[in-house]
Amino acid sequence: MSNATTLFDKVWDAHVVRHIEDGPDVLFIDRHFIHEVTSPVAFLGLEQRGIPVIYPQRTFATADHNTPTMNQDQPVKDPLSANQLAALSSNAAKWGISLWALGSPKNGIVHVVGPENGITQPGMTIVCGDSHTSTHGAFGSIAFGIGTSEVEMVLSSQCIMQPKPKKMRITINGKLGKGVLPKDVALYMIAQITASGATGYFVEYAGEVFENMSMEGRMTVCNMSIEMGARGGMIAPDQTTFDYINGRDKAPKGADWDTALAYWKTLKTDDTAVFDKELHFDAADIEPQITYGTNPGLGTGITNHIPKASEVKDGEASYKKSLAYMNFAEGEAILGKKIDYVFLGSCTNGRIEDFRAFASIVKGKKKADNITAWLVPGSHIVEAQIKEEGILDILNEAGFELRQPGCSACLAMNEDKIPAGKYAVSTSNRNFEGRQGPGARTLLASPYVAAAVAVTGVVTDPRDLIESV
Amino acid sequence: MAYDKFTVLTSTAVPLPIENVDTDQIIPARFLKATERKGFGDNLFRDWRYNSDDTPKQDFVLNNSIYSGKILVGGKNFGSGSSREHAAWAIYDYGFRCVISSFFADIFKGNSLNIGLLPVTVSEAFLDKIFRAIEADPNTQIEVNLPEQTVTILATGDQESFDINGYKKHNMMNGFDDIDYLQSMKQDITAFADKSLY
Ligand code: SF4
Repeated sequence: MSNATTLFDKVWDAHVVRHIEDGPDVLFIDRHFIHEVTSPVAFLGLEQRGIPVIYPQRTFATADHNTPTMNQDQPVKDPLSANQLAALSSNAAKWGISLWALGSPKNGIVHVVGPENGITQPGMTIVCGDSHTSTHGAFGSIAFGIGTSEVEMVLSSQCIMQPKPKKMRITINGKLGKGVLPKDVALYMIAQITASGATGYFVEYAGEVFENMSMEGRMTVCNMSIEMGARGGMIAPDQTTFDYINGRDKAPKGADWDTALAYWKTLKTDDTAVFDKELHFDAADIEPQITYGTNPGLGTGITNHIPKASEVKDGEASYKKSLAYMNFAEGEAILGKKIDYVFLGSCTNGRIEDFRAFASIVKGKKKADNITAWLVPGSHIVEAQIKEEGILDILNEAGFELRQPGCSACLAMNEDKIPAGKYAVSTSNRNFEGRQGPGARTLLASPYVAAAVAVTGVVTDPRDLIESV
Repeated sequence: MAYDKFTVLTSTAVPLPIENVDTDQIIPARFLKATERKGFGDNLFRDWRYNSDDTPKQDFVLNNSIYSGKILVGGKNFGSGSSREHAAWAIYDYGFRCVISSFFADIFKGNSLNIGLLPVTVSEAFLDKIFRAIEADPNTQIEVNLPEQTVTILATGDQESFDINGYKKHNMMNGFDDIDYLQSMKQDITAFADKSLY
């Protein structure tokens, strides 16, 4: 055996400050993102221990989880949310941490603003107290979500303690079919692997499908890694990655860029490197996906029927509980189901490409009367681009409005809650019971599917509407 | 945060034989608005435990007084979903000190170990035995022995051992946390940071 290593090994090993025998590695963290919900208790912990923030310049704060998506210029009404936002602002000011607060032109969802401002770069270790930190793996960085105790660790020592995960590679070759978006690739993989199938692993995505994907698409895929249980997912950086980063606000410039680029080009898995697990799928097998249950693994091709309990990998009792919550029956068709809400947004699908995709389908059509649609850009930069590109006009003409950036109905901590019993087709990442509001029923899907539902009012195969595009 | 030292816990247990119990069920997002780590136990399993008018749901196990104890026994893939440590806080704050399952989601497991809640992974067959023992007799005593790394159903003597890395075990048994450790290696860290490309 040679010393061949994987992309994951290269980045991980370059960050180990100390390996503890029969224990975790002490891992140095290059970039730390914080937001208002999971950071206040960590700052409180520092205060109680009387220890400072070690490297404030390596931490970036944004307000997103709790923020309203309407009238952001007015004071936040919910006193508890306002309190968390105030805590974030005062903690950031106290320690000299850069903050994109509500109202700042750079404000937006943490996993959207990091990449779009060039903070996220290949080869970095990146953490945040939000499980979808895996998004940043799209750049060939090791990025994963952490708990509040770990937020406190990173603030105080710029390190966390983690056992090195096992390595899995998922390779998908071939060409994606019409109407199939990166979100469908993600939902397809999760349905194949199940919501817990990659637990204990860090995943590398490889093959033509990912090589041909835009950075936005790669972010969508890496974002959903956590939904198959993986700690994170990553894709080797290539010209697409470098082109995306080059020129962004916090990207290296001049000679620093050349040094960084030379290093980034070495970040790939050696040909003979060995993974603990390898999976292969074929692009041709992936059709537009939709979920019907209460975990992201309970999804299928949109033209399929809801499986019988005997056909699923989850336990039968849990599966039945899941369908009962959704008020769906085994064996039913999903196409044609009446939907009440459509949510386009979140760190999974709240980027410019997602709005382009949505607009391409609703263009020249009208929003269905039974649908309430919440279209929430991932950041102010995305919002500005939507306006510049004329997408807003298309949306308005079709009867849609744009809200202001934030996590919104992805986790429904603000007012954007789907009412109990209602059905939402959502481009976000979780369909857990009550995730989008107590009693809300979520079907996860791509921006194309969301758009097709928004104009027809029922679950519709977007390929039927794509001919005209 | 300081937490209770964990050595040997002998207690009755509360059974929750549901798979994929996710962190949104353990503590729904709308209860994450605190800026202090207090009172999360009141909202543990909020939407399974209470109706929308805040009356208790009689059929949920936490509302059934025949079950009690410091051990929560959950189905496979316990704690999936969000990274919110609040889920572990809520379980701890409610009074549990140990969760037994045949499979834990990674982040939940790490979070639990960081706050003094012991996640114990047993085989599916053993988990099933525990569920059946509690079903047969809700007063069944279960012993979780951290130094020996064993779980025992005391009535039957059925026993299984569990894994935990030596470092975390030492921390749990002494009520230490990682921050204490990291503070002790500041020099190594700053030397490392000085060489960093980023
Ligand atoms: S959009 Fe959803 S998943 Fe993404 S950061 Fe916000 S809450 Fe987390």
